[in-house]
Amino acid sequence: MTTGQRVRTLFARHDAAMLDSWLEAQKRTGIARPDLIDESQRREESGQILILLDRALSDDPPGFPDDASWDALRMHLEQLAESRAVDGFSPTEIAHLVLTLKPVVFERLRGEQATSPTETWADIEDINRLLDGLALFTIEVLQRSREAIISRQQQNMLELSTPVVTLWDGILGLPLIGTLDSRRARQVMETLLARIAETQSSVAIIDISGVPTVDTLTAQYLTRTAAAVRLMGAECIVSGIRPQIARTLIDLDVELGELPTRATLAGALALAFERVGRSVIARD
Amino acid sequence: MRRVPILRIGDCLVVTVYADLDDGSAITLRDDLTREVARIGARGVLIDVSALDVVDSFGARMLGDVARTVSVMDAETVISGLAPAVAMTLVEMGVTIPATRTALDAESGLKLLGIAVARGSAPPRGPSG
Repeated sequence: MTTGQRVRTLFARHDAAMLDSWLEAQKRTGIARPDLIDESQRREESGQILILLDRALSDDPPGFPDDASWDALRMHLEQLAESRAVDGFSPTEIAHLVLTLKPVVFERLRGEQATSPTETWADIEDINRLLDGLALFTIEVLQRSREAIISRQQQNMLELSTPVVTLWDGILGLPLIGTLDSRRARQVMETLLARIAETQSSVAIIDISGVPTVDTLTAQYLTRTAAAVRLMGAECIVSGIRPQIARTLIDLDVELGELPTRATLAGALALAFERVGRSVIARD
Repeated sequence: MRRVPILRIGDCLVVTVYADLDDGSAITLRDDLTREVARIGARGVLIDVSALDVVDSFGARMLGDVARTVSVMDAETVISGLAPAVAMTLVEMGVTIPATRTALDAESGLKLLGIAVARGSAPPRGPSG
């Protein structure tokens, strides 16, 4: 018997007892998490893994997890990892789901008779290779699904975060919320310049009240945007400079150049009115 | 070599650049402009670039050179109608156009020059800061 076949026979004789000891091993490792997933579901999912594992190993000689015969098992593990991630399982807990199968299989291997040490050694290697590969696969799935969520959220944030509003005839407002990174800074610049061209506005107020921290890089993005706005023939005003931001700017020795700044949006609006030759007058 | 027509409006000169500024036409433009500035004693020059989709660093430097030459002769230069994409590219390349003020369109550019001309040699602080 080749080693692959012997591993297969180990898994092929999966039965209720094997499933039971696996579930027990999961419980011992602390990944049963009855608070997140109930017993019967765990039993069903684990049982399904054993069935699919047997089926995947039925190729002769059995290939290892990249082959097409493993697709069904891979798909099952993928769904499992994704749903567990949503349920709040940690990556370690998800990886252990497969890894807890090891002691169960090793226990079986010990029960086998008439194997030479060399063969036993080869079997252990095979089992390790197989189960480690599957465990890594589940982690990878988990990682991928999390990355997908993050990039989707980033995209949402980019789309939501650059609203250019008309404050008055010839005055645009751009309330910035959240941290300004290079990608967003570029989008802010693009959107603002396009709107300036479209509305022929001569003043643009960038309000940074909602920007948590301003560092040298953020300041650079702001001055660049202001420079581009100025090239087009309009003017930028930065408002919403909180005391903490003002202190940071001075501490970091940030050079804002000729970019006018105001503490409040009201102050910036007053300056903008002055620039476009308007004034607000009280009625009495 | 393409010659850019120079229009006279009041004591200002107006040119519209509608093709990429190459070496030759930029020099011709500068020569023609300075001659005209001297001839009529112009106080302001408006260069409208709204027809340009691309201004490279060379073009920007040429515009700056024209502006500086004109400013030595006590005339002010306003560049109008720089497209958003062009403005972004110039800023990203770190290019500035010295000795110029900018305007959104030719009309506000003229207004800028008109105000500056009416108040004499010390122009008020305008939208370009």
